Amino acid sequence: MTAPLLALDSLAKSFTMHLQGGLVIPVVAGISLDVAAGECVVLGGPSGAGKSSVLKMIYGNYRADGGAIRVIDRNETVDVATAAPRRVMALRCTTIGYVSQFLRVIPRVPALAVVEEAATAFGLGREEAQARARRLLALLNVPERLWSLPPATFSGGEQQRVNIARGFIADHPILLLDEPTASLDAKNRAAVVELIEAKKAAGTAIVGIFHDDDVRERVATRIVDVTRFAASAA
Amino acid sequence: MTNAMTDAPLLTAEAVTKFYGARIGCRDVGFELYPGEVLAVVGESGSGKSTLLKLLSGQLAPSDGRVLYRMRDGVTRDILTLSEAERRFLFRTDWGFVHQHAEQGLRMGVSAGANVGERLMAVGWRHYGKIRTEAETWLERVEIDAGRIDERPTAYSGGMRQRLQIARNLVTAPRLVFMDEPTGGLDVSVQARLLDLVRGLVADLGLAAIVVTHDLAVARLLSHRILVMKDGRAIETGLTDQVLDDPREPYTQLLVSSILQP
Repeated sequence: MTAPLLALDSLAKSFTMHLQGGLVIPVVAGISLDVAAGECVVLGGPSGAGKSSVLKMIYGNYRADGGAIRVIDRNETVDVATAAPRRVMALRCTTIGYVSQFLRVIPRVPALAVVEEAATAFGLGREEAQARARRLLALLNVPERLWSLPPATFSGGEQQRVNIARGFIADHPILLLDEPTASLDAKNRAAVVELIEAKKAAGTAIVGIFHDDDVRERVATRIVDVTRFAASAA
Repeated sequence: MTNAMTDAPLLTAEAVTKFYGARIGCRDVGFELYPGEVLAVVGESGSGKSTLLKLLSGQLAPSDGRVLYRMRDGVTRDILTLSEAERRFLFRTDWGFVHQHAEQGLRMGVSAGANVGERLMAVGWRHYGKIRTEAETWLERVEIDAGRIDERPTAYSGGMRQRLQIARNLVTAPRLVFMDEPTGGLDVSVQARLLDLVRGLVADLGLAAIVVTHDLAVARLLSHRILVMKDGRAIETGLTDQVLDDPREPYTQLLVSSILQP
C-alpha cells in the first residue's frame, strides 16, 4: 500500500446560522479517510448528507470546524484545515484540482481561456495549455464555434463540459469531482468516464460524487457512505 | 503564484489604528500582502475601509501601529519614516492609486496622452516620441481608441475616464495598486468591462492590489483574499471564496445574504 496523497482525520463541519438565531446545522463529524494514488473514492449517501461539503472542505472553500485534511504537496505535508490562505491558493494551482457542480462564469472571458487558465496556473506553458484545452474541449464535444465565446450563454451541459475540461487540464495529484456527469448525455458521460480512468491510470488520487449508478460502478475503487459520519444536532 | 511563495511580504500592516478624536476610524488591523496578491477590503459605508486605505498608502498617519513596505532595493521600511523624495518615488512609480471618481486621479485640463505621459516623465522619460508611443500602447491596452489621445478626459465617458485613470497608474509598472471603489458609479455593463480589464491586467503584470469595495461581486471577481470591516475592525478574513461561501461572523453572513440575485 502506497502512502495516501490525501488523508482526512476526524474531520467535522457544522454551519451556525446567525441570522436564524444562531441555529446550528450539523453536517459531518469524525470523517477519517485515506486516498492513495490511482484510487477513486466515491462519496455515497443521500442528498444533504454532506458529500459536497466534504469536497469543499478539502478544496479550502469551506472551513473545517475540527480535524485535519492532510495533503501531500511534493515533499511536504500540508493541513488544508489550518493552512494560511496563500498556502491553500498555491495548493489549488499545483496540487488539488476541483470540478464544481456549476461553472462560475466570468464576463467576457472565452471558453478556451477559462480552460487554459487552470493549466497556466499549474505551470504549463501557453502553447501546451492551449493544445490541451483544444484537445479536451473536442473530446467533450464542445462545438469549436463556441470556444472563442464566453460561456455565459452556453447551455447547462455545455457549461459543465467547459468546467470539466478546466478541472482535468492540469496534472494535479489530487482531483475532486462534484457530480461532473450530472447534466450530461450518455455520450458525454462516457467521455468523462474515460477521462477519469486515464487520471486513475496516471496515479491521480480522486474523490468524487456521482449520482449515476453506472458511472459510479465503473470508476469507483471504493464507495464511502457519508451518512456513517452524520453529525448529531447540537 | 508559485515563485511568489518564497517571497517576503510586499506590505505589512501591524495593528494599524486611527482615532478621530474619541471616534474610532480603524482599529488593530493587521495583515500581510505578498507580490501578486489581490486583497479586497469590504464593508458598508462608515466601516473604516477608506480610512484604512489612506493609512496603508501613507496619506494618513496612524494613531498607533505601523505600515511596512518592501522597497525595490529589498529593504523593508516603515512608510511613515520615508523621506519626502522616497515617498514621491513610491507615489509616482511603485504605487498606483485608482480613485472612485476618475476626476480625482486625472488631470482634467490636459490631454489623455499627457495624463499617461506625465507619469513616465516623472520617472525620467524625456523622448517625446517614445512617451507618445508608450501612451498610445497603454490607451489601447485599456481599450481606448489611440486616435483619441489628444482629447481631454472631459470629452470621455465615465467608463473611459476610469480606464484612462488605470492606464495612467499602470504605465510605470507599479508593484502595488490601491483601488478605492474602482467601479462605483459606473453603469453595470461598463463595470463588467472594467472589472474584466483590471482582472486581466493584474494577472498579466503580477500586480499586488488592495481593492476597497462595498460590492461583494467585485471582491469575488478580483481578489484572492478578503478582509471584512465593521466599526473600524477587521472582523473576518480569509480566502475570498471561503469567506463568501462559508461566512462565519454574523455581520459577514448578513452582508452575503443581502446580495440580490438577478
